[in-house]
Amino acid sequence: MMKETVSRLATEKIKPLVRSMDEKSEMDQSVIDALFENGLMGIEVDSEYGGTDTTFFNACLVIEELARVDPSVSVMVDVHNTLITALFMNYGTKEQKEKYLPRLCSDMLGSFCLSETESGSDAFALRTAAVKQGDYYVINGEKCWITSAGHAGVFLVMANAKPTDGYKGITCFIVDRDTEGLSIGRKEDKLGIRASFTGTVTFENVKVPESNILGQFGHGYKYAIGMLNEGRIGIGAQMLGLAEGCFENTIPYCRERKQFGKRIFDFQGMQHQIANVAMQIEAAKLLVYNAARRKEAGLPFVKEAAMSKLYASEVATLTTSKCIEWMGGVGFIKDYPVEKYFRDCKIGTIYEGTSNIQLNTIAKSIDQEYQ
Amino acid sequence: MASLRVLVGCKRVIDYAVKIRVKPDKSGVVTEGVKHSMNPFDEIAVEEAIRMKEKKLASEVIAFSCGPTASQETLRTAMAMGADRSIHVEVDANQAEIIQPIHIAKLLSKIAQEEKADIVMVGKQAIDDDCNQTAQMTAALLDWPQATFASKLEPAEGGLKVTREIDGGLETIQVKTPTVISSDLRLNEPRYATLPNIMKAKKKPLAKKKPEDYGVEIKAHQEIKKVEDPPTREAGQKLETVEELVTKLKDGGFI
Repeated sequence: MMKETVSRLATEKIKPLVRSMDEKSEMDQSVIDALFENGLMGIEVDSEYGGTDTTFFNACLVIEELARVDPSVSVMVDVHNTLITALFMNYGTKEQKEKYLPRLCSDMLGSFCLSETESGSDAFALRTAAVKQGDYYVINGEKCWITSAGHAGVFLVMANAKPTDGYKGITCFIVDRDTEGLSIGRKEDKLGIRASFTGTVTFENVKVPESNILGQFGHGYKYAIGMLNEGRIGIGAQMLGLAEGCFENTIPYCRERKQFGKRIFDFQGMQHQIANVAMQIEAAKLLVYNAARRKEAGLPFVKEAAMSKLYASEVATLTTSKCIEWMGGVGFIKDYPVEKYFRDCKIGTIYEGTSNIQLNTIAKSIDQEYQ
Repeated sequence: MASLRVLVGCKRVIDYAVKIRVKPDKSGVVTEGVKHSMNPFDEIAVEEAIRMKEKKLASEVIAFSCGPTASQETLRTAMAMGADRSIHVEVDANQAEIIQPIHIAKLLSKIAQEEKADIVMVGKQAIDDDCNQTAQMTAALLDWPQATFASKLEPAEGGLKVTREIDGGLETIQVKTPTVISSDLRLNEPRYATLPNIMKAKKKPLAKKKPEDYGVEIKAHQEIKKVEDPPTREAGQKLETVEELVTKLKDGGFI
């Protein structure tokens, strides 16, 4: 029922805007409003804070359904749910939860600030620093590739508050948008998921009270890596939905278009390709769902999360590429939605850990299993 | 007015967006593995009932559905939209095939009396059989006034002022409660069931009943001879001149 509701919302409220949002590289406010109004922004949050109070698995289903229609909207919902509200729920104090969660569920987007120009996959190289001055910390540094930064009302910022301890000095700070010294830089002009805002966030002598530390001092790196493990399952779900959406927009055309007196679908060469892609989408779905199930059941899931994200992003790459070929010329032009999926899927092999990083994680897990 | 209790009928039908396929033996349409949802006109009826409750005109909204076990999903949707509780009258798959408006009208009238409902609200018709009979039959069985094809409802002295969509335009009538209303397309635009409300709806009460509990026997009053696809449209012709067109139209007896 939840899946159906999200699917209907996506078809009726988001689908008509997909093309213009992509062209303008801008998320329509009506889409953000609809997501909040329908409870898609606090999926796992307790109902006492105004959340939907359901499971991580359902969050993945929501992300998948949205990605079928627009992967840009999907990633915004993914980051907000699997990183932002999840961090507040897991590590926030009662006061922090009461202050932020009701707004994060009803009208305020959150942004997760980890990456820097010199610190992408290598989180140890993080340079943003927080220096203690009395009851306050003063943050200086620049974060880049920040999803939803332009719309966010609150930022979760990873900054090193004790560089002598290396990564054990990295601490997570809650920074409100209107804090003096915080500025949003230029919006990146991207290949895909163009409607999702990506940009830099600069911190210039940003003063935050000590009470704005989320969780424990020096645990920021641990939280970030832990959350990204779950987040990867979300990205897996996004890539899965993307592949399904692209496939669904292509097959009816193959069943209608006639060449040499028969439907394109009737050629055995086509049938085998289509069957092969459909099988891989199904396999990606099982990997994503299994990783989500393991996470929810409290079982180890780091390896499975990496596998699901890596595989789903590869399947999305294959599916979107094949779909364009099956559509022929019309697959290559913007009058049909297929080329957009092709552009949107590329980010899947990059963010929340590149494909190489996923392989490292998988290999590391295997090495540990055989110790 | 605030004490009005509204009973709303919600039929589970094949989703409006599904392409209907006729069974090869022509006995009906394919329903297995096909997406179902609430009849859109019933959704409008549920929405109106909830709005009445939000405006403090109604005190309780009870959703009703008669059908196989899967109809409970339809009732959960009604409760996720805002209905307070629901009653499911369960029938097996064979019985579900032969249910007709008269059976539903009998059930609705019994339940309306039992629940002391002031308003029975249903969609003007279901998008599967297009009967447009349930509201009228229910009103007759209860001997209550009826306001069908409603496009606007307003509270009025002792009842409701109802704007109806009729062939010539709009007709405004006043009915006393208790009454039976059927909703037309333009009555309102139904809301989505939000995710938090879907979760809350899982905990709302759903009473499971049988037709016998209301003394209603489900038996067929008519037999379906055959169900066929509509005829496929024949290809048109291109004509050179207006004269040719006029001749063709005359020959075909169109003018």
